[in-house]
Amino acid sequence: MKQILLGNEAFARGAYEAGVRVATAYPGTPSTEITENIAKYKEVYAEWSPNEKVALEVAIGASIGGARALCCMKHVGLNVAADPLFTVAYTGVNGGLAVIVADDPGMHSSQNEQDSRCYARAAHVPMLEPSSSMEAKEFMLHAFELSEKFDTPVLVRSSTRVSHSRGLVDIEDREEVSLKEYRKDVKKYVMMPGMARGRHVAVEKRENDLEAFAETFELNSMEMGDTRIGVITSGIAYTYVKEALPGASVLKLGMVHPLPKKLIADFAGRVDKLYIIEELEPFFEEQILAMGIPCEGKALFTRQGEYSVNMIREKISGGKAAFNTTEDLPQRPPVLCAGCPHRGVFYILNKMKLAVMGDIGCYTLGALPPLSSMDAVVCMGASIGMTMGMEKARGRETAVKTVAVIGDSTFIHSGITGLIDMAYNSGTATVLILDNSTTGMTGHQNHPGTGKDICGSPAPRLDLELLCRAVGVKHVTVADPFDLKGLEKILKEETQREALSVVIVRRACLLLDSKDIKPPVTIKECKNCGLCLKLGCPALIKGDTEVLVDETLCTGCGLCIKVCPHGAIHARKADGKS
Amino acid sequence: MREKSILIAGVGGQGTLLASMILGQMAMDAGLDVKLSEVHGMAQRGGSVVTYAKFGEKVYSPVIEKGGADILLAFEMLEAERWIPYLKKEGHLLASTQKILPMPVITGAEKYPEGIETKITALYKDALFVDALALAREAGSAKAVNCVMLGVLAKKMDFDKSAWTDAIKKVVKPKFLELNIKAFELGYSI
Repeated sequence: MKQILLGNEAFARGAYEAGVRVATAYPGTPSTEITENIAKYKEVYAEWSPNEKVALEVAIGASIGGARALCCMKHVGLNVAADPLFTVAYTGVNGGLAVIVADDPGMHSSQNEQDSRCYARAAHVPMLEPSSSMEAKEFMLHAFELSEKFDTPVLVRSSTRVSHSRGLVDIEDREEVSLKEYRKDVKKYVMMPGMARGRHVAVEKRENDLEAFAETFELNSMEMGDTRIGVITSGIAYTYVKEALPGASVLKLGMVHPLPKKLIADFAGRVDKLYIIEELEPFFEEQILAMGIPCEGKALFTRQGEYSVNMIREKISGGKAAFNTTEDLPQRPPVLCAGCPHRGVFYILNKMKLAVMGDIGCYTLGALPPLSSMDAVVCMGASIGMTMGMEKARGRETAVKTVAVIGDSTFIHSGITGLIDMAYNSGTATVLILDNSTTGMTGHQNHPGTGKDICGSPAPRLDLELLCRAVGVKHVTVADPFDLKGLEKILKEETQREALSVVIVRRACLLLDSKDIKPPVTIKECKNCGLCLKLGCPALIKGDTEVLVDETLCTGCGLCIKVCPHGAIHARKADGKS
Repeated sequence: MREKSILIAGVGGQGTLLASMILGQMAMDAGLDVKLSEVHGMAQRGGSVVTYAKFGEKVYSPVIEKGGADILLAFEMLEAERWIPYLKKEGHLLASTQKILPMPVITGAEKYPEGIETKITALYKDALFVDALALAREAGSAKAVNCVMLGVLAKKMDFDKSAWTDAIKKVVKPKFLELNIKAFELGYSI
């Protein structure tokens, strides 16, 4: 039976059909829906782990325990999980272990565009790269077979376009794979120097075996056509090549590490001119050049962003796409939703002119005008460490003007250790945990602080206040972001305090429960002073003589009522009367 | 049938994704290869959102590029103009006349462009502009603009009307089915 599946649904389906028993992940665009979908299969235990490192460790344990296990993450998540990855590469597996890593060329929703293929090479583990939903499903079956055959974790690389496009997929039945026997094997699983030295030998041998296997592996295929042009490519770039150069000869690499050297040399010998078309790093190109095979890649194609059919056509066959152009139009950047609980926080931070070390989540949008209240954003959890660094570099005067802003899910992911550092090493700045009771940006996943598990069933709730106190923070306050005066007062006190303090700014994401939405506000006798517009609310519109309310967007949160100095904005009662 | 590429442009929350899934379902049921592409994550938060629907004998890339769309189906006027470079010069444009102000306009930093309809018609003589918001409200919800516009699109394409309604029935949740079918019919009867 054929179905239209999102790439990420297809990855989940493939893992399911391959008999996966345990699936773990931390949400991250563009990988999130893999785990959301696999959680729907009752045969699979699925969890949102606190971060990718824990997720991979759970999957490793499941694999050692004899189960086929899957771990999913976005590209930057693999940085977090890199530590276990590099050593599970040594131990190998018992039950098959696949790690899906979704890259984001073009940075649709990421802070960098690193190329995860480099991890496969650095960790000496094989990597597969599908180019469509159909392949996403099929490659998962291969991944588990390879993992068990070669005693290795297998990386499967996706990209935004593979994960977030939909295509036809053949749906098949699940193959029940029984638990493998668990046998204690200290030399294989206890990686202390003596044993690890032995395993390093095994790792090298395995990589050589995989390289030999790659030469005839069915996922590496030559599609011979016009031999004047030959292209080596993989993943989504393959689909662009097929449209841009329909007649050309193509070597499609379904396994991107290790490379099939003989197959590549054979292909290169059959074509007049060899191009390497790969997004991001010259990963194939440098290895192929090192093999002494002349080819052209990054001299023509950028390391930045996504490729396209037009780009490939233009660079290789010289044709330009014809299209109409438009004048410069106003951009439509993403904004904090009307009624977002983060808005009030950034309004106050902006008003207090504080330096804000920010973090990764919806609230990163607080960096954009008119709220414009974020100074630095690096990676998950970095806000707290950066705040500590600012204080230690510039002293107490800076500490009173600097705060860390981090979401609840991000704090649990990797902010806790930063807070321990501040407590342990006598930081005195203020940390704001914006607790909206969900993982917002990736589409509302539960986490240990929500009191619900991946399926929405009740789960023990991590108590943020207790946790902060337990790591040594003496001053922990809870504030409501809709109470602007109260929040400002607390922030003034806490930033001045000569001790580390945490302010938990708590209100649930409005999108979680539409019951929290109230009738839209009304505006009467507006003086057009524009102060409410500083909230950056998409429901408040600057008119020529007055501010207008977009009633389709307004959620009646009432922040603007509190900000208006003229009392011109009014709440409307449920019956619609103002 | 030759490959068709339909670009659906709108603002986060307008339901471009549902529209593309209905298109995809219909094309699959007609025995065609289908690729759809969508945007998740940060851009969903009220940003400019686009989904691609491509179908034909064999579709490789899920992406529609500049000069690549046969049809531009726009749920908002500024987005209609923004995505014009992606429409073939001989392509067709169908737009809802709804205006949703972007943040730079809301704050007064920029003006919402004027005369979009005139500019578009100068490039695409047969461009069609529909007050889909009014029709969606008539159907029962402002959120049904997407299905109104699908109705408008259906009139321009070769598939049977029943193929569209069958696809809507398969994709839309039962709770919202009646509303969306009504919206589709209103768009179709333009």
